[in-house]
Amino acid sequence: MNEKHSQPRRAVDFDRLNRAWYIDKAVQLLVFIGGISAVIFIIGIFVFITKEGLGFVIGDFSFSEFFFSQNWRPTSEKQTTYGILALIAGTASVTGLAMLIAIPFSLGTAIYIAEFATGKTREYLKITVELLAAIPSVVWGFIGLTMMNPLIIDLFDVPVGLSVLNAGIILGLMAAPIMTSIAEDALKAVPDRYREAAEALGATRWQVIFKVVLPAAKNGLLGAVLLGVGRGFGETMAVLMATGHSINIPGSIFDSVRALTATIAAELGETAVGSQHYQALFTIGISLFVITFIINLIADLIIRDVSKG
Amino acid sequence: MFQATPVNHRNLSRQKLFRFLFGSMTALLILPVIIVLSTLIYKGAPVISFEFLFANPTNGMTAGGIFPALLGTILLVLGALIASVPLGVAAAIYLSEYAPNNWFTRAINIAIINLAGVPSIVHALFGLGAFVIFFRFGTSILAASLTLAIMTLPIVIVATRESLQAVPMAFREACWNMGATRWQTIRRIVLPNAVTGILTGVILEVSRTAGETAPIMFTGAVFFLPFLPQGVFDQTMALSLHLYVVSTQVPEMPEAVPYGVALVLIGLVLIMNSVSIALRMYLRGKKKW
Repeated sequence: MNEKHSQPRRAVDFDRLNRAWYIDKAVQLLVFIGGISAVIFIIGIFVFITKEGLGFVIGDFSFSEFFFSQNWRPTSEKQTTYGILALIAGTASVTGLAMLIAIPFSLGTAIYIAEFATGKTREYLKITVELLAAIPSVVWGFIGLTMMNPLIIDLFDVPVGLSVLNAGIILGLMAAPIMTSIAEDALKAVPDRYREAAEALGATRWQVIFKVVLPAAKNGLLGAVLLGVGRGFGETMAVLMATGHSINIPGSIFDSVRALTATIAAELGETAVGSQHYQALFTIGISLFVITFIINLIADLIIRDVSKG
Repeated sequence: MFQATPVNHRNLSRQKLFRFLFGSMTALLILPVIIVLSTLIYKGAPVISFEFLFANPTNGMTAGGIFPALLGTILLVLGALIASVPLGVAAAIYLSEYAPNNWFTRAINIAIINLAGVPSIVHALFGLGAFVIFFRFGTSILAASLTLAIMTLPIVIVATRESLQAVPMAFREACWNMGATRWQTIRRIVLPNAVTGILTGVILEVSRTAGETAPIMFTGAVFFLPFLPQGVFDQTMALSLHLYVVSTQVPEMPEAVPYGVALVLIGLVLIMNSVSIALRMYLRGKKKW
């Protein structure tokens, strides 16, 4: 044994060490490329949609007409106008109604799963919520079109069931499971010793929830709501199929509207590459990108803040 | 001897009230979806047959099967996986094993969150501008797969990173002490212990990719194609887009057909997700540390 150890290292041993070292460096470079790919893609998305839409913005683009005119007439023969106010109103009304439904229900569900349900029930509920979050948006759109539409016509005695109400409910049901998951994570992140301390002082379960857990998880819950808003805002297929897709500033929840995302989805296929209409649709895309980027960034900052403290 | 005061009673009844309130909110969130899904199964199941799954659509898509759409979805998913899994796993290895805790790593994390959060229609615009026009792939399976790959990259990264970080630090330290390099440690110790976790992420990505519609509308999927795609530069039909087409674009569509398509799509997605969840639970039960 001793003899072996005292032998000098042969050159081939150094070679092997070197090879391992070089492989290690090569892999480090490779995984680094993987790591920065996400940054490259996000920049790439911005660059490419800006490149396609830029001609519209630097042409005879009127900021006030684009954002404050409600006339979206890209194919008009007399005069084409590109005003997205009605589309913004459509997106805002649908997302707003969806959040009105999704926020209380998802927070309530998250509280029930995290604080009341125990053992098997809790596991099953969590799995169900996860599965609900997986239903594709085109299926939700189909549900809005074929099931909600006749239901709304019957219930409220209105001529058309494809409206803010329909899309709002569909979008609410769609966003709720995701918000529930994130909100439940936020509640779970509150250390158990907070709860134990409160219970030791004689607090009941609901006192613990309202006075201790909810204030402690406040930021995480806010982050969940923001991510839900971002999700609803960017949703395309469900909104395309359930809103009725007519350009309108809604006066009631039974009006048909049209969303920003749905407009791109419906019209892009019919435009010529590089035409003004095509560029206008890309300009909508730029606005969508910027707004969701800001929403996600704020949500991330808020959630990260809570996990630090 | 404990004597319940009125305050105790009030607290108890309030607790019951809140339990009931939140419980019924949970039920109200889940039950409508269960009812909707049951209706979907009830109306869609009679259409589903061997012929429906494996025959071409006929009569302007009102009869026949959905085979080209099913095959197209499988091709798109495979293409997206080939592009995104190696990249996503590499990114996760970097973030979990190499990345220092600095602003650059934070920038990567923010980019990942935003890749997942950007609306799918914006990904479609990107795919059109970048892959179809700039790289001249045309509207093709290749362009659509790459668009889907970038969109679902965050799912692979997040799942892989989580399962890598679940491997205890002591495992790595023991390996380093034997003189192994970082990569040897990752290759022999970390990855084998994390591979099931990575698999759950990949299955989730399959499910998400199969259901996406907007990103493939302008990059490679078409409403109807009279023949099957022959290569990656061909266009293809896809299940999700097919559902949109048969439920909105085709007049005089028999009511049952869209239900059948919806059922196949949602069945595919939910089965994939269930497999992923089952795998995760099996993994949790097996873990020794």
